[in-house]
Amino acid sequence: MTETPPEEIHTPQFTNGDEFRIPTYRLLQEDGTLCEGAQSPPLDRDKALRIYRAMVFTRVLDERMMAAQRQGRLSFYMQCTGEEAAVIGSAAALEDDDVIMAQYREQGALAYRGFSTDEFMNQLFGNELDYGKGRQMPVHYGSSTLNYVTISSPLATQIPQAVGYAYGQKLAGDGHCTITYFGEGAASEGDFHAALNMAAVHRAPVIFLCRNNGYAISTPTVEQFAADGVAPRAFGYRMHVIRVDGNDILAMHEATAAARRMAVDDHRPVLIEAMTYRLAGHSSSDDPSAYRSRTEEEGWRDKDPITRMRLWLISQGWWSEDEEKRLQESLRKEILDTMKRAEKRGPVPLDSLVSDVYDQVTPGLAEQLEGLKRHIRKYPESYPKTASQVNGGE
Amino acid sequence: MARMNMLQAINHALDTAMEADPRVLCFGEDVGGFGGVFRATSNLQEKYGKARCFNTPLVEQGIVGFANGLAVQGSVPVAEIQFADYIFPAFDQIVNESAKYRYRSGNLFNVGGLTIRAPYGGGISGGHYHSQSPEAYFAHTPGLKIVVPRNAHQAKGLLLGAIRDPNPVIFFEPKRLYRASVGEVPESDYQLPIGEAEVVKEGDDITLVAWGAQMEMVQQAVELADRDNISCEVIDLRTILPWDVEAVANSVLKTGRLVVTHEAPLTGGFGAEIAATIQERCFLYLESPVMRVTGLDTPFPLALEKEYMPDHLKIFEAIRASVEF
Repeated sequence: MTETPPEEIHTPQFTNGDEFRIPTYRLLQEDGTLCEGAQSPPLDRDKALRIYRAMVFTRVLDERMMAAQRQGRLSFYMQCTGEEAAVIGSAAALEDDDVIMAQYREQGALAYRGFSTDEFMNQLFGNELDYGKGRQMPVHYGSSTLNYVTISSPLATQIPQAVGYAYGQKLAGDGHCTITYFGEGAASEGDFHAALNMAAVHRAPVIFLCRNNGYAISTPTVEQFAADGVAPRAFGYRMHVIRVDGNDILAMHEATAAARRMAVDDHRPVLIEAMTYRLAGHSSSDDPSAYRSRTEEEGWRDKDPITRMRLWLISQGWWSEDEEKRLQESLRKEILDTMKRAEKRGPVPLDSLVSDVYDQVTPGLAEQLEGLKRHIRKYPESYPKTASQVNGGE
Repeated sequence: MARMNMLQAINHALDTAMEADPRVLCFGEDVGGFGGVFRATSNLQEKYGKARCFNTPLVEQGIVGFANGLAVQGSVPVAEIQFADYIFPAFDQIVNESAKYRYRSGNLFNVGGLTIRAPYGGGISGGHYHSQSPEAYFAHTPGLKIVVPRNAHQAKGLLLGAIRDPNPVIFFEPKRLYRASVGEVPESDYQLPIGEAEVVKEGDDITLVAWGAQMEMVQQAVELADRDNISCEVIDLRTILPWDVEAVANSVLKTGRLVVTHEAPLTGGFGAEIAATIQERCFLYLESPVMRVTGLDTPFPLALEKEYMPDHLKIFEAIRASVEF
């Protein structure tokens, strides 16, 4: 790469980058009509409806599971509410073989890819059918068949991993890319900065999707960074960046589709900052009324990404209020029925405590498991979940 | 005296420290106006202002690096890491910086004012990343002190001791007991000693050593042992590093038996250090091998947490096995 040498100056001049204002890309207005001057995107009916169904599914799932958590049926939950367009619009712009390394609030991407209601529920209840073998908290989904790498709670650890994965994809020449999701809070972690720099230097086909949803638990963005959002950081790494209205499904889809072309065709990593809002609490353990006003929340409810897309679909003649009602009802029923089924499934096997620590169970772990079984046999009433698995007497 | 839970006692200790010394600062993720995700820093920003109690960006290495700098400058930072499971991005700052500042500069500079608070441990259905007990990683680092309280009264006195100790201290708080441990706590300013274990209960047949939340499991095991007429001596180690070898060795010289218990995995856990030291110091007095009751050598599970935990029944079985050896 040839560089023009920097201009010489002879009086000190400082810059803080404020001369570069990053605009927000937007196609769809709150009322579901296109913005003036915006082109109608090449999104066909089938795909638009696939996206929309995933958004509604995610919303209904979140509502039902939050209610289940409040009823004590589920230990913990995290909602994607308000961020469905940012997550699903971007995921839908990828190919299904592209890899997703998400944070923890991206269940919509999985729903879009076709993770079944049963698969969601089995993870949430950590039962014998959970792919993660009941080892992680609810919402820590993963699916190798859907190219969705299992969620890890520590923030930002997935971001540099996505760069490595993408670099491997480039070497393999398979024409795929990796997208990694994270919040604006996680973008403060060192891993974020390390990842952007490595991606730019090694030209990895990776898309960094920042969900700037206004809060890291209770911490508002004004206490998270002094800059104009996360987007300007891309300049420091000479990376392409775009800021998008994260509640605009069309803009999210178009921006990510363009980013994917840059990543896959030209090996240029891209940062997308999706401006959105976490309408729910951080998690079921959080009460946002302690740190933000109802008025602020209401203002964002008016920008609901699902309503906006529904209005657009109706204006296209692709959807009706009647179909909406039927979809909502059938999803509620399906989710409730599936939840009941998942709750009744048996627990994970006791042996799964020691499997997968390594590729093989080590002799030491086998011994620890045997000791545990002897102990449970002696006190079966104290370990009701697994006592029946160790029958055979002392 | 006032009845307080452990969180209130910690909040009281921070308030006391900030009031007594204007150099004391409290910060971390969500620590400011919100008062921390567990509310340990409630009202401190209101009382002492945003300059002394504040939110940081979400970056643990930044929080501890910033705290190290403050401590070198002469401030007294009390940095919160939201969960001990999330302390690892700060591992470099703690292990290579906090622990070695004094030594590498020939005592020209030090970070003695530094305290890092972090909730640790299981029993809250937190899975891999809200349950770990990482004390052993840090115990392998000379220059650090590691303190763990077992109840509200201890928490206030030990935290004040930690903040005022002229060395960097990691203060691991047993979050399972945050609201569950309630007791009488002096409202006055008091400190409990760092580096000293406490004999919580005297006994003749066997010594039990634990710290933090595991002390509760030990108490329950002792009740079972009592029914079998086994007399247990119970020691709360309180400080993991540097630990009180004399207190444990003196007890084992008397009882001839030792069970150590912690939630962290067996291999390389701090129990191994205690076992090795005690067999050196008390070899000819030991009636049975030193036993460890710990978590398994696996990541911390979720669905099978109950099976994983070194509970009172497992401790009781170890007591019996030791006595019947």
